[in-house]
Amino acid sequence: MKAPAAPTATLPGRQASGLSRWLNDRLPFGLAAVALLASLLLPYWSMTLRAPQYPGGLRIAIYLGPQGLVGDVAEVNGLNHYIGMMPLEDAARLERAVAPYGVAALALAAAMAALIRRRWTTVLSLGIVAFPVIFLADLAYWLWYYGNHLDPTAPLRGAIRPFTPPVLGVGRVGQFVVVADFGPGLYLAFTAALLAAAGAVLRWRALSQARKPAGGL
Amino acid sequence: MPKQLRLSRRMFLGAAAGLAAAVSGCSLFRREEQVPSLGATPDEIIRRRQLTPNDVTAALMTYVPAGKYDDYLMFASDGHGGQVLVFGLPSMRLLRVISVFTPEPWQGYGYGGHGDEVLKGGYFRGRPILWGDTHHPALSETNGEYDGQFLFINDKANGRIAVIDLRDFETKQIVKNPLLVSEHGGCFVTPNTEYVLEADQYSTPLGGAYAPLSEYKQKYRGVLTFWKFDRQKGRIIPEQSFAIETPPYWHDLADAGRGDSDGWAFWNSINTELAVPGILEGRPPMEIAASQRDMDYLHVVNWRKAEEVIKAGKFEVVEGFKLIPMQVAAYEGILYLIPEPKSPHGVDVTPRGDYIVVAGKLYPHVTVYSFEKIQQAIARGRFDRDEYGVPILPFDQCVETQVELGLGPLHTQFDDQGFAYTSLFLDSAVARWSLGRPYREDGWKLVEKLPVQYNIGHLAAVEGDTAKPAGTFLVVLNKWSVDRFPSLGPLLPQNAQLIAIEAGKPMVVLYDAPVGLGEPHYAQIIKRERIKAWEVYPEVGWDPATQQVDPNAPKRLADARIERRGRTVEIWGTLMRSNIRPDVVEVQQGDEVIWHLTNIERARDATHGFALGGYNINLSLEPGETETFRFVADMPGTFPFYCTEFCSALHLEMMGYFLVKPA
Repeated sequence: MKAPAAPTATLPGRQASGLSRWLNDRLPFGLAAVALLASLLLPYWSMTLRAPQYPGGLRIAIYLGPQGLVGDVAEVNGLNHYIGMMPLEDAARLERAVAPYGVAALALAAAMAALIRRRWTTVLSLGIVAFPVIFLADLAYWLWYYGNHLDPTAPLRGAIRPFTPPVLGVGRVGQFVVVADFGPGLYLAFTAALLAAAGAVLRWRALSQARKPAGGL
Repeated sequence: MPKQLRLSRRMFLGAAAGLAAAVSGCSLFRREEQVPSLGATPDEIIRRRQLTPNDVTAALMTYVPAGKYDDYLMFASDGHGGQVLVFGLPSMRLLRVISVFTPEPWQGYGYGGHGDEVLKGGYFRGRPILWGDTHHPALSETNGEYDGQFLFINDKANGRIAVIDLRDFETKQIVKNPLLVSEHGGCFVTPNTEYVLEADQYSTPLGGAYAPLSEYKQKYRGVLTFWKFDRQKGRIIPEQSFAIETPPYWHDLADAGRGDSDGWAFWNSINTELAVPGILEGRPPMEIAASQRDMDYLHVVNWRKAEEVIKAGKFEVVEGFKLIPMQVAAYEGILYLIPEPKSPHGVDVTPRGDYIVVAGKLYPHVTVYSFEKIQQAIARGRFDRDEYGVPILPFDQCVETQVELGLGPLHTQFDDQGFAYTSLFLDSAVARWSLGRPYREDGWKLVEKLPVQYNIGHLAAVEGDTAKPAGTFLVVLNKWSVDRFPSLGPLLPQNAQLIAIEAGKPMVVLYDAPVGLGEPHYAQIIKRERIKAWEVYPEVGWDPATQQVDPNAPKRLADARIERRGRTVEIWGTLMRSNIRPDVVEVQQGDEVIWHLTNIERARDATHGFALGGYNINLSLEPGETETFRFVADMPGTFPFYCTEFCSALHLEMMGYFLVKPA
């Protein structure tokens, strides 16, 4: 009486149906493309500063989308001038200018990989996998640069020694406790990286197996 | 294939975990809070401080823990201090002083900034008046309830009204009533703040012109004023306002009808004897002369009808102000009089607008008039007229009841249980009494009396003069404190007492709040959440005089500059922790200086002051605010200027020099 089970997921053996193959090595790339595009709408990284006189804290966040640098930027800059730190807007000008297009290009690459089922498309995943790592490395560089290039004429130059604010976690500058957090945008970028890597492995394998019986490579 | 499927499922799980981490990542850091022990148990503290159980109850009912907010805000006048005070309830902490009629340096009000223009609006025939006698604050209303947008306050001494914008708690406008000199029956607002009511106190000839007292009956007049308020502009519009001429009875308190009686207004009067002073000429003092008749007149005004008459052009223009002549008011159904026991004080409309409660002052009753009966009496059309032709409705036809409360009834407020609260000046007590139907079945009865310390004037219950009183607390504004506070010399603080008026419980005094900077005459208490004040000005370069961004305001550090045009030096500058830009301004003696300054901060509470010693310039610039001030640098010398509001660790260094080269 029972209807036969759907053939896709439960079908034994090595012959995958069209749908499951689709799921296996197209969908991850498709999802990666969506995750990358969505990441442009969300903050990649944020820093919260807490001090006794700021009961609500101060917060700045970095978007790679058009929002860019948001939050209490003016207030943080105002505070930073006491220790001789450069204005936040001057950091990573090139990277911030390129970022929206770069992320969009990576999303486009992922979309291409989802649509075109060829082995060479696995190469496209390299950039997607590397991207969040490059972002963090660049961020770490700029945090180091800012903390170690303080204006020697600043009023508090004696009280604050050069320092590197944390990329993730808690640091301390003067009366401020600084908490750095990865944002949902960055998590989406990591997710995209995982999806792209998995998609590449699956596609490589599937296409290699598909060729074997034909006696090709 | 199943293996691959599992793999992809794992990937999805991984992605989901990533997202979850992203969401929770924002709260990685939490500060641990430690509550220090006070080192004693409550019992030990009660014993050590010798507190009674009632003291402890009062303490628990009024204490607002550090860092927590009061539930209510009380806006109180401060008598001839000329300002408005804002208290938190139930703590009775003084939260703010709002400068109104009197220059006040902390707010930079009257020392070169835009407040100068506001004060100028209240000059008396061009003559500076730099104080006021504030009596009756009135919060703006929507549908008879406080809406928390604006506050109006009167100046009895000089016949003026001020408008305070509750977005920034700043006085925006002072208008001088051109028809009268002293006033009292203000400020009271109509249910949607169409008008702000104000009337003369002591009659004078219209506009305050000279006329000998022997011509009192012929030349002196009363004035009932309806100031038109434009909510969008946040200003009173004198051109759209009007007044009604009355016989020279002295007008006392007022209230606007609401609900059933919307469109009507009520004023009490005294001295319907038309007596004039003259002790040296052998006339009795006014306290005697104005207390001879058994009855004075409740003035009943149909202001919607008055609007029609104005539209029909039946008005005169006196001192540039629209005035409905007495005869028009008397014969076109605008003004009616009803006898009321002599020399009453408060006239208070019940929450639904169905009754008008007149407190006796010299008569131990409150007299309750029914609005419905007044309308019937008007419809019947059989009335006497006074010697000026104003119709007098029969007392018996208009009165619902009289309730005996005690000696010296002055003012009445209401709660949400159908009780009324009337201050008894001579008894130095508050009377709680029940309203009749539709409020209560057991109505028109004195319920209880509570002694207060001492000589109670006005009183205010939470939203107790609106369509929806909230009960809970009552504040009585006592004129004398005598022995309630330690002796601080012969000028004693006033005593604002907080009283619990909880349903089903006797009234109890909870707290004495000394007020040592003026006489809180009348007050209104509003639920805190109705006030939606700005934390900082909405944008950098904000001009509080217009509540808009000033396009000419400096807005960034880079806007700081000095321009010289002949004998004029114009400066655009900024204030930001911890510098003033430009910090050197050098001019020639005799140059005209135009100085624009903006506090470009966006942080809450990052206020900067600007003081230029010697030139009497003192401003308070709140975050975003811009000010422009002008003066002639006629005094040569070296003048440091600096930030007066301690703003930062380098506040002391926030200064500059203004140098005036001798001519």
